[in-house]
Amino acid sequence: MADSSQPSAPKPSSSVKLVLLGEAAVGKSSLVLRFVNNDFQPNKEPTIGAAFLTQKCQLPTRTIKFEIWDTAGQERFASLAPMYYRNAQSALVVYDVTKASSLVKAKHWVAELQRQASPGIVIALVGNKLDLCEDDAEGGDEGEGEGQGEEAGEEAGEGKGEGDDGKVRKVSAKDAKSYADDEHLLFFETSAKTGHNVNDVFTAIANKIPEASLKGPRGGATAGGGTQAAISAGQDSSRVNLNARQGAEGGPKEGCAC
Amino acid sequence: MSDDQSAGADIQKSSDNVSATGGEETQPQAGSVNTPKHDGQDVGGLERSQELTPPPLPPRPRLEVNGRPPTTGAGSFRLSKRASRPQLLSQATTAVSLADVHTQSRADFSSNPSSPASRIVSRKHSLSHFGKFRGNSDSGGDDSASLRSYAPTLDARLDGESLLGDVPEQEATPAWRALSAQLEHDDPFDNVLPDLDLFSLQMQHEFDEVCAVDAEGTNEEQTLGTWKAKLKHFFILSASGKPIYSRHGDDQLISHYIGVAQTIVSFYQGADDPLRSFTAGGTRFVMLSKGPLNLVAVSRLGESEAQLRTQLESLYMQILSTLTLPSMEKMFSARPSTDLRRPLEGTDVLLDGLADGFTRGSPSTLLSALECLRLRKTHRQTINDTLLKVRAPNLLYGLIVAAGRLVSVVRPKKHSLHPGDLHLIFNMLFEAGSIKAGGGENWIPLCLPGFNNTGYLYMYVSFFSTSEGPTNGSDERPSSAGEDDELAVVLISPNKEGFYELRKMRDELVEQLQDNGCMNVIKTAVRKRHAACSDIIPGTALRHFLYKSRGNVQFTMPSFEPYYHGLAARRKLMNLYSSMHESIHLKTAHLKVQHCTAQDAAALAWETPLFELYCVAGPQATKASLAHGANRIVQWIRREEERVFIIGGAVF
Repeated sequence: MADSSQPSAPKPSSSVKLVLLGEAAVGKSSLVLRFVNNDFQPNKEPTIGAAFLTQKCQLPTRTIKFEIWDTAGQERFASLAPMYYRNAQSALVVYDVTKASSLVKAKHWVAELQRQASPGIVIALVGNKLDLCEDDAEGGDEGEGEGQGEEAGEEAGEGKGEGDDGKVRKVSAKDAKSYADDEHLLFFETSAKTGHNVNDVFTAIANKIPEASLKGPRGGATAGGGTQAAISAGQDSSRVNLNARQGAEGGPKEGCAC
Repeated sequence: MSDDQSAGADIQKSSDNVSATGGEETQPQAGSVNTPKHDGQDVGGLERSQELTPPPLPPRPRLEVNGRPPTTGAGSFRLSKRASRPQLLSQATTAVSLADVHTQSRADFSSNPSSPASRIVSRKHSLSHFGKFRGNSDSGGDDSASLRSYAPTLDARLDGESLLGDVPEQEATPAWRALSAQLEHDDPFDNVLPDLDLFSLQMQHEFDEVCAVDAEGTNEEQTLGTWKAKLKHFFILSASGKPIYSRHGDDQLISHYIGVAQTIVSFYQGADDPLRSFTAGGTRFVMLSKGPLNLVAVSRLGESEAQLRTQLESLYMQILSTLTLPSMEKMFSARPSTDLRRPLEGTDVLLDGLADGFTRGSPSTLLSALECLRLRKTHRQTINDTLLKVRAPNLLYGLIVAAGRLVSVVRPKKHSLHPGDLHLIFNMLFEAGSIKAGGGENWIPLCLPGFNNTGYLYMYVSFFSTSEGPTNGSDERPSSAGEDDELAVVLISPNKEGFYELRKMRDELVEQLQDNGCMNVIKTAVRKRHAACSDIIPGTALRHFLYKSRGNVQFTMPSFEPYYHGLAARRKLMNLYSSMHESIHLKTAHLKVQHCTAQDAAALAWETPLFELYCVAGPQATKASLAHGANRIVQWIRREEERVFIIGGAVF
């Protein structure tokens, strides 16, 4: 990510299918809206069925075109999920850091993906709504919510940033992180409202997609031009892939998530 | 607010009274004739009506107002005992064989001197001092208008002079007096919109959210007050009494009311004599039982029972659209105490969208018809041809929709689109914001109950903004939500995996429409919005009209501007339309033409087998000018029929 050696050279482009899963109202659509349009809508209505969006993600050596399936979180749509994660190279499993039950649901989705989706699928676990609790350091022990917490949290999310009393956090970053490590998942805490970490999630996924699994729509055309890039990208991705298997992925922004 | 409370208190009392009458279908309606206005008395409307309903005969002496020239506008209001109410007054609308009509109605009366039948007639808004418009007139060839209006042609013509001319002395016929007698009694629904300012205020807050009662219950009273101030409520509960949906208020707030509703409904169901509706003060309650669900509408907007019932049917269709009938029935047969809210999670926005549409008053719902985008016939033909050319093999229905109006349809020959289904789709696209706001494309499983209520179809939806430049394939996405000028391509397939197939069809469709220039034609037409009434008919006195083509199940109308600006003004206009719609469609009154005047409007309704036309002008407009305007509209439609309506669409 840091070393962009060939800024002007034509980069190989490839499509990556990505599916978002998670309980209703955790902010899946808001994450996508932030990533795709850099926009946020405070009272977004529930998704019906599924939405399909695309967005390009520029990496130093290649361009990834995400084809994103943003699914509805309601129970009745669960039976349609296989249609969306089938053949997906990556998945974003989202929970709400202010709602403990949403992590339980997220774990179910991770298990289903590991059991049913394509074997090499890259899964990221994402705790959203971080703006509601600006207490990155130690959110774990303060479980009790307060009536005014949500309002206050939203206010604070914009302005102050650090040092607020994060009474609304229900899932500690430590617990989620250790679960993600056990399952070899990427892990981020994000805020679709402030945009915090949102692009990083998608960039990290893009970096972790093994080159071998990429089949770009115009791969034949670009292959000749960007041989050098393709080779270096291949090395890069294989290295990342190896790291991933160790459970210690080396995304540069990884440190700031938790 | 106070009358609301009394209405709430009345539920119990009224139910007793209804029980006394055995839930006779006409009984609740009879209540609406004579119930006192909501003046704080908490006497149940039905009880009062039973005591006070006078025998329809003998007729009272002719009312003084009948002698007044109809053109005096506000003057005719004095008919009403209470000057404040926006009383509508209609003149008999035909000079054709009034005597016949009256004889006939009189026969009705005398044959059932004290039966509900007479109440049905008298139940009609006191405004309709109507006459019949009979086709088999013997008044000579010159007056052939009435005949023609029955003929299956658009040549129908209203003759302002002969049909709407002042009716002379005949008004004093006994039957007319019998009807007039009813004018003396207050119709509680005449007073539902007492004052535009108050009403505006109420409408303004009608859609505000009722805040939740806090833990200590400190704001309970205030919250309840807000809740009761709503003009309209919808409840859906399961047959076992579990709340499923309420437009306003959370569970805690509504649980008592749901309980009361459940008790009343199940009492009559137990007696195998289901309660359909009743009134209390100015509030009308309508119940609809559909299998395992009970739906209840509570309205202070003066809608008729039939109209509220249609609205409940539509909410029920929305639930079926989410669940399908077999799966819902399975849930309840497996466990009658099923909490349906969970499987319905997330569809509140759709139900709210429908409910609020009804509360605002939509011509589409009132007429059960759709509106089309006005396009040249050749352009529409080109669009249809393009749709047929790029049709995907698994396509069932394809629609192009712009700003809530239909541009074109492609469908199989043996399946037409059910208007109710289209209404659900339109509601999903344009009322619930999630599809439009999300950007991108959508793949939505839904059941179209009118088509087949047992299974799901899959709907591909893609929005374009019409305000931007030419679109270019899949990379474009709408820039902002909530715009009224958006264009949607809707493709429906029975194939669950059909997304990419339909997406390809969309791409080809858009590309071809751009190539042949139709995309720009559509965008231009959308941006033009509705034409003002005076642009359609230059120099007319008319301010607004609704024209429904019965054969096409479509309607057309001009812009609400400049006369009907804002929620309350439109709702008031819609109230006028719906009261005319109700009188025209009343089973017991074979009314073909109705003219009425009110404080702020004069209106004309006209029905033939081909069309329904409702037009509204200012209070000073004469009947002749209304009739002239109505004729001009019919002429205009005849000229423009293939532009304003989709005739058939693209069929494969």
